[in-house]
Amino acid sequence: MRRLALVVLILLVAGPAAAKETGQKSGRVVIGSKNFEESRLLGEIFAQLLESRTDLAVERRLGLAGTQVCFEALKTGALDVYPEYTGTGLVSILGEEPEEGASGTLNRVRREFLSRWDLWWISPLGFENSFEVAVPQELAEREHLKTISDLARISSRLRGGFGHEFVGREDGLLGLERIYGLRFGSVVPLQHALKYQAAGAREVDAVDVYTTDARLLLYKLVVLDDDKGFFPPYEAAALVRGETLRKHPEVGAVLGLLAGSFDEDRMRALNLRLQEGKEDEAVVARDALRELGLLKGVQGSESSETQAAPSTPGLSHYLWDERDALLRRTLEHLGISAVALLAGILVAVPLGLALERSRKGAETIIRLLGTTQTVPSLALLAFFIPFLGVGRVPAIVALWIYSLYPIVRNTYTGVRDADPRAVEAATALGMTPRQVLAQVRLPLAAPILLAGIRTAAVLTVGTATLAAFIGAGGLGEPIVTGLQLASSAMILSGAIPAAVLALVVDALLGWVERALRPRGLESRK
Amino acid sequence: MPSPQPSPPSLALEAVGVSKTYGDGTTALDGVSLTVAGGETIALVGESGSGKTTLLRLFNRMVEPSAGEVRVEGRPVSGLDPIVLRRGIGYVPQDGGLLPHWRIDRNVEMVPQLLGWDAARRKSRTKEMLELVGLSVETHGPRFPAELSGGQRQRVALARALAADPPVVLLDEPFGALDVLTRRDLHGKFLELKQILGKTLVLVTHDLAEAFRLADRIAVMQAGKILQLGPPEELAARPAHPYVKALLEARDA
Repeated sequence: MRRLALVVLILLVAGPAAAKETGQKSGRVVIGSKNFEESRLLGEIFAQLLESRTDLAVERRLGLAGTQVCFEALKTGALDVYPEYTGTGLVSILGEEPEEGASGTLNRVRREFLSRWDLWWISPLGFENSFEVAVPQELAEREHLKTISDLARISSRLRGGFGHEFVGREDGLLGLERIYGLRFGSVVPLQHALKYQAAGAREVDAVDVYTTDARLLLYKLVVLDDDKGFFPPYEAAALVRGETLRKHPEVGAVLGLLAGSFDEDRMRALNLRLQEGKEDEAVVARDALRELGLLKGVQGSESSETQAAPSTPGLSHYLWDERDALLRRTLEHLGISAVALLAGILVAVPLGLALERSRKGAETIIRLLGTTQTVPSLALLAFFIPFLGVGRVPAIVALWIYSLYPIVRNTYTGVRDADPRAVEAATALGMTPRQVLAQVRLPLAAPILLAGIRTAAVLTVGTATLAAFIGAGGLGEPIVTGLQLASSAMILSGAIPAAVLALVVDALLGWVERALRPRGLESRK
Repeated sequence: MPSPQPSPPSLALEAVGVSKTYGDGTTALDGVSLTVAGGETIALVGESGSGKTTLLRLFNRMVEPSAGEVRVEGRPVSGLDPIVLRRGIGYVPQDGGLLPHWRIDRNVEMVPQLLGWDAARRKSRTKEMLELVGLSVETHGPRFPAELSGGQRQRVALARALAADPPVVLLDEPFGALDVLTRRDLHGKFLELKQILGKTLVLVTHDLAEAFRLADRIAVMQAGKILQLGPPEELAARPAHPYVKALLEARDA
């Protein structure tokens, strides 16, 4: 047991340590992004530019789950930079009403973010990526839809398909309903990338989209005019910690080079490459920077050779051609799960024993602990970001909490219900309470206790896929990315190994359970 | 390893004016006094709830009295370390109370191991004890309790109680769960061992016939009191209480 813990610790420590080794540079910056293509691409562009033009070691935490996670991570210093949109800053983060005009919005968020949190909006990139409402082209032509007001006229006959975030936001569906009087016959909350497909297949009639999203073209959707000026301007910019700028002024200077570099058309073209060709964002980012002439010491001709094949990669590509990445993710996944589980055992077994000894309130405490199982995993993961930042630590803490209940419960009931006649005889013949516990009650409880650990292990390995949402890596990574790209092959390349891993862990622990089961207990019952 | 002091074959037990009231207010013992002579076998007879098991368990401090004093060889047990005391007193519960996850031989050598005997001595003692109760270390030693019959388990419990050669053995309904033939068989074994070993034995039973067969003296108990105490012949000749009389009649029927 101790040796296993050591191996896991080394795995966890060696990763970051090795990264530091190569980074014998002047410092380190952490770049984040949200979990959709454009945000990832911008994050990658920031990262490559900083790598090319500064001595800083750059760490990427791309694809974090949404605004809340990124913003909290930036505030707490887990991130130094991530791409954000001014409208999101104004409405989602500051909670204010949309302002007139792009420059008004930018000024407002600059002032507020600086004074409240010492966060800096730098180098607006030159394009806006607003929310818009789009409908299938065929529907627009048939019903003569040009504006959102037109849509409101017939909305009661239509099905809306909107992103989860959009449905609940005042600057989303709630406000639209209020301002335009939209009343959809039904509303289906959908994952962002799936909305386009759903609309393309006429499963839904109206969706929220981003201006620069290339899938508008792919699925033949028409953007409706926001005739009442409801959506605020969403200018893209780098959001940076003031502390980072003071420590490494070159970060501000270098990111400033990007100011005004992209317009909507160029951005849509870049997004198209990600969304259609399934190219890697690293390749697309390098091409974009090269076109802008911002990459140092790289010749322009390299591009075409290293470019990924534009054909859609299949499952075998992710499982075999990228087996190094698969192996790395599997190890990350196991590492996170193992540390959480070991910590769970170390805490839950003594806790279960203590509860059994005092009895008083034990059932209540165990029932309270049981409620942790009902907290949605993602919510629990997100909960720790303000305290623990993003990455492995909050993921391990969340998984650790999940692992506690089954182990505590089974330790408690197992030891409590251990054959009372054997316990009584052992005591009457002169075993100390400690000897009774170690030699009688725990061995008799072992099958139940191990079953609890096994439950916790499978739970942990399964839930660890969600850790990718907060940048902890693991097999959830391709699932999260695949969901953004609507790539089943990519999703499966994470989901299949994760399922196999859970089965293997279950079988392995089942074997351990049988091997450790005290022999005399077999023929009973 | 120095050989431990040879223990005397038997010790006298005393309970003086002992009462026991449990937390829930039930009175299990009500001012009971009893003296067991060294080497004597005494049977505590009564219905369940009469206090016989509670009285038995006072002697190895599995129960602490609410009032009165319990002595072993004249020394109050309240002044003795309960762990040390228990290792020096054999104990046989009704269902054997064997540790189900330990082999038979390990069960038998439990107390010697707690006392720190070396392996060779434990091994020879285990062999000796199993043979004493009519089992073999080769056949039964490596088995687990669940693989033996009820009667065999009870023999093992007896061997376990005797393994460290304690001067006193407490038996709580040791034959209660066995069928008639097995019980009769074990009664024979009990009398034989009693004869050879000469220990002080306290036997709890609800079966008066069993008490008549095995004990030197019998204490009939009811509602936390001893109604009558005397040799079997005396009880049979002069029952001092209607309940004792009823018991005798039930035995004869």
